[in-house]
Amino acid sequence: MSDNNNEVLRVEDLTVYYELEEETVKAVNDISFTLDRGETIGLVGETGAGKTTTALALLRLVPDPPGVIKSGKITVCGNDMLEVPVQKLEEIRGKDIAMIFQDPMTSLNPVFTVGEQIAESIEIHEKLGKHEAYEKALDMLEMVGIPRERGAEYPHQFSGGMKQRVVIAIALACQPQLLIADEPTTALDVTIQAQVLDLIKNLKDRQGTSVIMITHDLGIVAETCDKVAVMYAGRIIETGTLDDVFNYTLHPYTEGLFNSLPNINDRKAELKPIHGLMPDPTNLPPGCAFEPRCEYACEACKTQLPELVNFSGTHKAACLRYAEEGFHIARGKKHE
Amino acid sequence: MAKKQQQPKLDANGERKQRSQAGEAWHRMKKDRGAMLGLVVVSIIILVALLANVLLDYDEDVIGMHTKERLQSPNAKHLLGTDEYGRDILFRILYGARYSLSVGLVAVAIALTIGVTLGAIAGYNGGAVEEVIMRFTDIFSSVPNMLMALVVVSALGQSMLNLMIAIGVTSVPQFVRITRATVLTVRNQEYVESARAIGLSTPKIIVSHILPNSLSPIIVQTTLRVASAIISASSLSFLGLGIPAPNPEWGSMLSGGRKFIRDYPYMTLYPGLAIMITVLSLNLLGDGLRDALDPKLKN
Amino acid sequence: MYRYVLKRLLLLIPVLLGVSMLVYCILDLAPGDAADILAPDDATLEEKEALREEMGLNRPVLIRYFEYMWNLLHGELGTSYLSPITVWDAFTQKAPNTLKLGLASVIFAVGLSLPLGIYAARHRGSWKDALSMILAILGLSMPNFWLGLLLMLLFALRLGWLPSGGADKGFLSLILPTFTIGTGMMATLTRTTRSSMLDVIRQDYLRTARAKGVNEEVVIKKHALKNALIPIITIIGTMLGGILGGATLTESVFSWPGVGRLIIDSLNGRDTPVVTGCIIMTTMFFSVVLLVVDLVYAFVDPRIKAQYSNKNKKKGGEKKDGEKAATA
Repeated sequence: MSDNNNEVLRVEDLTVYYELEEETVKAVNDISFTLDRGETIGLVGETGAGKTTTALALLRLVPDPPGVIKSGKITVCGNDMLEVPVQKLEEIRGKDIAMIFQDPMTSLNPVFTVGEQIAESIEIHEKLGKHEAYEKALDMLEMVGIPRERGAEYPHQFSGGMKQRVVIAIALACQPQLLIADEPTTALDVTIQAQVLDLIKNLKDRQGTSVIMITHDLGIVAETCDKVAVMYAGRIIETGTLDDVFNYTLHPYTEGLFNSLPNINDRKAELKPIHGLMPDPTNLPPGCAFEPRCEYACEACKTQLPELVNFSGTHKAACLRYAEEGFHIARGKKHE
Repeated sequence: MAKKQQQPKLDANGERKQRSQAGEAWHRMKKDRGAMLGLVVVSIIILVALLANVLLDYDEDVIGMHTKERLQSPNAKHLLGTDEYGRDILFRILYGARYSLSVGLVAVAIALTIGVTLGAIAGYNGGAVEEVIMRFTDIFSSVPNMLMALVVVSALGQSMLNLMIAIGVTSVPQFVRITRATVLTVRNQEYVESARAIGLSTPKIIVSHILPNSLSPIIVQTTLRVASAIISASSLSFLGLGIPAPNPEWGSMLSGGRKFIRDYPYMTLYPGLAIMITVLSLNLLGDGLRDALDPKLKN
Repeated sequence: MYRYVLKRLLLLIPVLLGVSMLVYCILDLAPGDAADILAPDDATLEEKEALREEMGLNRPVLIRYFEYMWNLLHGELGTSYLSPITVWDAFTQKAPNTLKLGLASVIFAVGLSLPLGIYAARHRGSWKDALSMILAILGLSMPNFWLGLLLMLLFALRLGWLPSGGADKGFLSLILPTFTIGTGMMATLTRTTRSSMLDVIRQDYLRTARAKGVNEEVVIKKHALKNALIPIITIIGTMLGGILGGATLTESVFSWPGVGRLIIDSLNGRDTPVVTGCIIMTTMFFSVVLLVVDLVYAFVDPRIKAQYSNKNKKKGGEKKDGEKAATA
């Protein structure tokens, strides 16, 4: 697969820790995935599953200290992100790979106008003069649905949804090949959520951008993604195409996620939330991290770390129980 | 990081909350090497100040003139040398701790008493009372501290008590401001509401509920203020407006040594060093207290 | 914005009157007066009394003060008791020297402490950070008259490189006093710069800037610093404002002919008009500089600027209070 020149991103065995004074937070443990041009992958999981840390690692923006990329290899558009010199890194950031941050309220610099903040990226990467870059920044503003006159205003003059549009405009200013959208709608009202998702989708279709959609909302995944990777306690525990994961769910945790969604078609169905909490990332169990909460768990799950196993060409899951002949989860529907 | 922060539980009983908070703070401070160094040195200086008049004979060792031994550079008998009257500089410095510390402490106690009272009243009452107190504070604090102290001490005349008053009075505004600010934030908390609901009188609420919960910033400010009061005291003495000769106040020793600085620099060096060490350890302690009492402020 | 400036300037008037009254009356408490100083040593009590009468010193303090205030409101600072010079002339003779020294010190302090504070913040927790902070707290704890004496001892008396006092050697005379005052300022400013930068360095918008591909130096010097400036400007403003009154000790150590020495000499001579006049001028200078600093905020932070222009809107007023509390 590595000679696939459609490939925009390849992550291999990425491990990221936050090394604090008294303890080490094992935020991301040994994850791998790839993304082709124009594809969208959904990175799904609860808060604290390591989604944002993964995203930051892709940009080499994990705050250091205390964050340390312990091992792994990240290739973005053919560049080894962990090895390139800082100067090259600055060329890649914003141009090849860009990120929409989670909280629009704090992601914009309060002392510069939004126009300036968008133009900065264009100035750096497209080697344009101040004036031309600014004009182009105003074009970007219009594209995300903000009148260009407002480019001279400061972030505090914008509402939350508008700020998120500005953050998106910054991320898209130089037509990146890979866009990371970290919970782009969590901070927004429901009505604005749909608009923002539409916006990202349209831009993706128009520019052929690959997208990593980080979210805990399976609805958003169903709407926007081609592929899904489910994360739990810093690991990918199930990954596959949208069809694979949604219709042929393998992992008990993924099943738990679906069960905790209200079902519109069957309003009387009982909600089945997953009991318990995610394990403390400073003190992960030696076996499967989901074992304490898993209704299918067996003795082996406590001690043995499950590997991701191929179930079909595209579908992988990490669960020991499948070693047993005939095991299936309640939701389970076998691949034909 | 932020998610690991432990918040002491809010408790209707102000006192109990205070104690557990103090325990937390002490635990944090023990890890701060600078603060512990400051604490140790401050304790030693306090001990020296307490014992100086027991160990030293004031008339003989501190102000007694021994003209035969005048202007000796540091040697085995006089570790830090002698001054122009043959007085041992080490003895005078040790004894001088009494002056610097007592001026620092009393001056801050004056400022604390007046400042906290006015600040608490302003913060709790609001309205016209607050307006009058704060305007007066503004007037007072718009004159640079040193100038104000100079004016006050030169008006009252040269004595230790007047020095304390001058420095104390000029430090009042900071305490008014900081107390008012903290009282304002505490005033509307629920436990104060409930104290009012069960019919406690205003002064009682201020003393038993509001002040204990505004203590942290006041404690920090007090420590740092003692440090700057010691500098102010020695500055005024240096200008000849502080504690009169022949008392061994560090600032006036410095001022006396100044005439001999070319040939006998140790006379200037050591008293200054004594001031610096005292002030430094108070500052270290104050910084440590601030970080320990309010970990949110710690960078 | 203009209304705001005007309001602040008008508010200054009662403050200055209050200051003048405070100083005038406190000075009157002092034992002895200018007549004691002026009269020849062998003067009889009657002669002194006659002198007092002539100078108007025997009238009650409140009457003298109201007379003084009346003149003050007409822009007259009065005349020195001890010499025929007007207070205004006495002050303006000395003020330029003090301003020169103060400005030099502020420039010296700002020039060194901004880079040092930023550096310490960026390398937080390293030994370099620890060292800068130790130096800063040392500078803060050193009585500056002592530092002045030590500098004088080394560079003037021992090495003979620089003059030990006075202001007659131009730039050379300025070096030691500047260094003396500047060190204390530097200590405070380095600590403020560091903590203010540390607050900003953790903000999300710097991550946004880095994600855009902005160079790390630019992230720090443009994106971070501009946000960290408010507390730094506040401290610089306080230092600038305190120039006139804050150099007293250093002026005394280096025999610098400035306002501080004038005030001390006048205090010793019980020359109330000169002391009061100088303090009023110092206070006015301080307050005006602080006002200018408030206006500078508006250029640095658009949120504050918005509050100045929408003073009437309730939201703006609330924000302003929050801002003040945050920078206090």
